[in-house]
Amino acid sequence: MEASWIAGLIGGILIGLSATILLAFNGRIAGIGGMVNGALTFARAEQWRWWFLGGMLGGGAWYEYGLAPQPTPTSTFAPWAMVIGGFIVGFGTRMGNGCTSGHGVCGLGRLSGRSLAAVMTFMVTAAVTVFITRHVIGL
Amino acid sequence: MREKGLALIAGLLFGLGLGISQMIDRERVLGFLDVTGDWDPTLAFVMGGAVLVTLISFRFVLRRPHPIFSTKFYLPTRNDIDRPLLIGAGLFGIGWGIAGYCPGPAITATVLGIANPFIFLAAMIAGSLAYRAIAPRLAAPQSPTPSQPVTK
Repeated sequence: MEASWIAGLIGGILIGLSATILLAFNGRIAGIGGMVNGALTFARAEQWRWWFLGGMLGGGAWYEYGLAPQPTPTSTFAPWAMVIGGFIVGFGTRMGNGCTSGHGVCGLGRLSGRSLAAVMTFMVTAAVTVFITRHVIGL
Repeated sequence: MREKGLALIAGLLFGLGLGISQMIDRERVLGFLDVTGDWDPTLAFVMGGAVLVTLISFRFVLRRPHPIFSTKFYLPTRNDIDRPLLIGAGLFGIGWGIAGYCPGPAITATVLGIANPFIFLAAMIAGSLAYRAIAPRLAAPQSPTPSQPVTK
């Protein structure tokens, strides 16, 4: 447990640095929900988003196959949770203009009131959802 | 080209951060959200570390007249807390709680070679397109156009 919070803090700082250089150099917000939506327009002006997403895969592979002290645990196959959860996440991200990174990392960094409201809202609904799925329904 | 190169490096740091922090393990995320269970605080340190950096760095970055490689900052301009924001964020949290993934970790977790992140991302894109398809209808009551009668 001691190692996990240190790793969390280091990982979080790297994510914050990523958001910093993307804003400082390109003037862009590192919101991943918006990154995917923008990339999928396949517009010429949005091509940079594919480079960012490619980098995210490279960084993940670099960790998992180069740096990881042990392989990342891969949890049980949960296709229906992915289909239902994924659909709601996609719908909600576009409706609420952001996700954990857009509202959380970047929005809070900009002291955006909208983002603070969004983060508090999704933290509460996510915790309530997990309470229901784990402790009420017992999934 | 230099903007694409920068985006690649930023993405690399982001993915590395998600890997090191183990946010690509959905059990860790669910462990954080499970506040009445065996609570795992890791996500708070990830979010805290990231926001600590942006809170400080964005102050300096946004003081510049424009970004280093670009002519303007592309920032959200709205300040109002409206219903779509809160409903959207609320739904986002429900989906996050069900799946244990949000967009960033799901993308990076595809390198683990398991099916879950791929299914999640396909469903996420479908959900995003579904909102885009119905959004004009949701907005219609506020801006009715006389030439196009609103059908329920």
